[in-house]
Amino acid sequence: MRRSLEFVRRICILSVCAAMPVLAQARVDSRLPTNIFAPASTPAEAIFGLSIFVLLTVAGIFIVVFALLAYAVVRFRSRPGDDHSEPAQIYGSDRVELSWTVIPVLIVITLFLASARVIASVQGAVPPPGALEVTVIGHQYWWEYRYPELHIVTANELHVPVSDRAHPTPTFLTLLSADTDHSFWVPRLAGKTDLIPNHPNHTWIDPYEPGVFLGQCAQYCGTQHAKMLLRVYVQPPAEFERWVHEQEQPAQSAAPSTGQRVFESTACVNCHTVSGTPAKGRFGPDLTHLMSRDTIAAGAAPNTPSMLRLWIRNPDAIKPGSKMPAMGLSDQDVEAVASYLETLR
Amino acid sequence: MHSNISEVSELPAAPPPFTLRLHHWVTTVDHKRLGVLYVLYALVFLVVGGIEASIMRLQLIRPHNDFVSPQVFNRMFTMHGTTMIFFMAMPMLFGFANYLVPLMVGARDMAFPRLNAFSFWMTALGGLLLYFSFLGGNGLYGAGGAPDVGWFAYAPLTAKTFSVGHSTDFWILSLLVSGIGSIGFAINTIATILCMRCPGMTMGKMPLFAWMNLVMAGLVILAVSPLSAAQIMLLIDRYLGGHFFDTQAGGSAVIWMHFFWVFGHPEVYVLVLPAFGFASEIIPVFSRKAIFGYSVMVMATVAIGFISMSVWAHHMFTVGMSPGANTFFVISTMAIAVPTGIKIFNWLATMWGGKIHLAAPMLFCIAFLFQFLIAGLTGITLAAAPFDWQLGNSYYVVAHFHYVIVGGIVFTIFGAFYYWFPKVTGKMYHETLAKLHFWLFLIGFHLTFDFMHVPGLLGMPRRIYTYEPGRGWDLWNLIVTIGVFFQAAGILAFVANLVWSWLRGKVAGNDPWDAWTLEWSTSSPPPVYNYAVVPTVLSRRPLWDLKHPEDPDWRYE
Repeated sequence: MRRSLEFVRRICILSVCAAMPVLAQARVDSRLPTNIFAPASTPAEAIFGLSIFVLLTVAGIFIVVFALLAYAVVRFRSRPGDDHSEPAQIYGSDRVELSWTVIPVLIVITLFLASARVIASVQGAVPPPGALEVTVIGHQYWWEYRYPELHIVTANELHVPVSDRAHPTPTFLTLLSADTDHSFWVPRLAGKTDLIPNHPNHTWIDPYEPGVFLGQCAQYCGTQHAKMLLRVYVQPPAEFERWVHEQEQPAQSAAPSTGQRVFESTACVNCHTVSGTPAKGRFGPDLTHLMSRDTIAAGAAPNTPSMLRLWIRNPDAIKPGSKMPAMGLSDQDVEAVASYLETLR
Repeated sequence: MHSNISEVSELPAAPPPFTLRLHHWVTTVDHKRLGVLYVLYALVFLVVGGIEASIMRLQLIRPHNDFVSPQVFNRMFTMHGTTMIFFMAMPMLFGFANYLVPLMVGARDMAFPRLNAFSFWMTALGGLLLYFSFLGGNGLYGAGGAPDVGWFAYAPLTAKTFSVGHSTDFWILSLLVSGIGSIGFAINTIATILCMRCPGMTMGKMPLFAWMNLVMAGLVILAVSPLSAAQIMLLIDRYLGGHFFDTQAGGSAVIWMHFFWVFGHPEVYVLVLPAFGFASEIIPVFSRKAIFGYSVMVMATVAIGFISMSVWAHHMFTVGMSPGANTFFVISTMAIAVPTGIKIFNWLATMWGGKIHLAAPMLFCIAFLFQFLIAGLTGITLAAAPFDWQLGNSYYVVAHFHYVIVGGIVFTIFGAFYYWFPKVTGKMYHETLAKLHFWLFLIGFHLTFDFMHVPGLLGMPRRIYTYEPGRGWDLWNLIVTIGVFFQAAGILAFVANLVWSWLRGKVAGNDPWDAWTLEWSTSSPPPVYNYAVVPTVLSRRPLWDLKHPEDPDWRYE
């Protein structure tokens, strides 16, 4: 078994080498933020290697069978001047049948072994010491992230440290759902894993390079499934430490403003948390550090003053069918609440 | 029947002939008329489902488009999927089987003609229930509320909490009712094939079309039953306080997935085996050669039937199964490529050394071979579980299964339409119009479904009503939508051809293709009783034996 796995591994490496031109092409496209052929993390890279091997194999089969089909159609088509005699009738041949049974069986076994190896390596990974743990909770239609060891709660924008290949600091994600099925998919970091209520799942990433990696929910979860976008911020260790430090602070405790009074006296607090205040709802995203995020509405809009006001006034204008209701606030109150939220850094 | 008409017309208050004709169609138990009803019914839903697909494609023609709301889009993909599988593809293939299987095995009708009529009308009622959801889902006040849970309706989206109103109930009932029709049809087909074959036709001398429908009918019984069970459990959850799939009360969403896909994957073979049957009849006749490796084809069909029952969880590689389970479903799924490959090679070998006539039925079958090859190969890429972690639920999957269902099954269905049209109507179709249909549909198909693979590889998930610009998806989506117009034009040429040829076509004669199976030995259209004298056969190609008494097949079989 081990020897055959080794054999398959060699084939994989060889075929990846053979595919270098294709590969280089794919690498160029890493400007495309969700390209599965531009891996930046071990699970995605393991899948990428397998995918090139599988694609080359099926491409080979395609070329052979297509050539046979094209040849048969051209060579054996009836021509205008043909007589009306019937061609020789051939009923079959056991030897030929055997050959096109055995060869596919061998190909299937090879592809199976190659797949089994990647399944074992990705699913069998054990968190090394120093790995970061994050709990991801899918909601209709946003992401909640809880860092149990760091006591941080945030939403929609996942921050993780960059991982060094020599001394990996991977992030292990526990995937839960608060309502319907969702799926966590950041193509450049890992394959997708579903978030299913009553069915905790696990996945992991160890991004090699800093940057923002995009993705989105990949399991239909309701009306606004399309705008349940994912952003993963991969940061160098120092920058990540700084972010953690900021997130650990409670909300700014300046003198209560009009906006805060409006916020705390409307239904806003039923769904949103602002730590250190009476707002303790968990149905919507935690807003304690709202202004540290680049986007609102699960990535559907940039976090700009005008978008924030539009979102508070009429969420349906940005994300029709989202679970956030329009509270029917007066223009003054919208302005006051938005100003208050803008202090939550 | 003539005597009936004269008797009735002598009555004082004779109904006009049209209502009488309608009455005959509605009360018929004739397998041929029921077959035609199934096919016409399916054609209506082909157009309806096609319109739903076009609405989705117009919405996705560019990023952040607002042609329809997310609610409408979600209803469209739910209705499109449910319609095309349950009320287009299945009735279409059942219709052809209904019409052709008794003729091909030399019988005068199906084994249970009344059950046959019952099955059709149950299927028809199912379709009506599904579309009644537009009116009944939320009542007249909220008209337009069709189900929006997706055609595989994953729990807990179907729970009362997430699906208020009755749209999901209509979806459940429609599948439950049409499922009863499907199972009735399957029992009937099995009984007909096992018990009604004409003298001399042993199992080993049946046309391959009958073999493939036999295995298909067996799969229908095995696959539709768990689906019906799941629908009943879901109804219990929604109305009797059950907690099978209600995750908020401790139910399991994953159990629903297992129930659905233990139906859903064999269902693919329920649809594709009859398509294989069409190809196995058309390719030999238009290549002027006997099918290559008949017994291997039968064995491959039976093997596909068995293996297809053990592959369902390859739809669930991303739901967090254990590495062992994932590995098992990789090998079982890849194993099915072997018998399927054998079939493709046998069709190729049938064409090899023949005299291939490129009439419309054969053109559609050649395109089928080409497209089914690609569909099978992309299927292998999806069977490699880790690759599926990237590809699953992306547009690559959507492209893959449309390659199977449109590129494979629908193409052979068109081939079958043209091949048997002369038998069913007695008229010949218009060959030039048929070729126009072929080329328009071929171009449209490839524009749409070839390019649909690409956004999947670039990370575009399915079932999103809109998408972000800047991800490299825009151009591909535009091309995909353009293809829809070509496909629609092809369908227009097809329907025009059917209507025109039926009214004005040349008389076809009994055997326009110089074919070899029994249905071509009777008149076109066949009489109610099919055969004046029940035929006796000696080989798999009884008409070859008649036409070539100097070199009959029974010498070699």
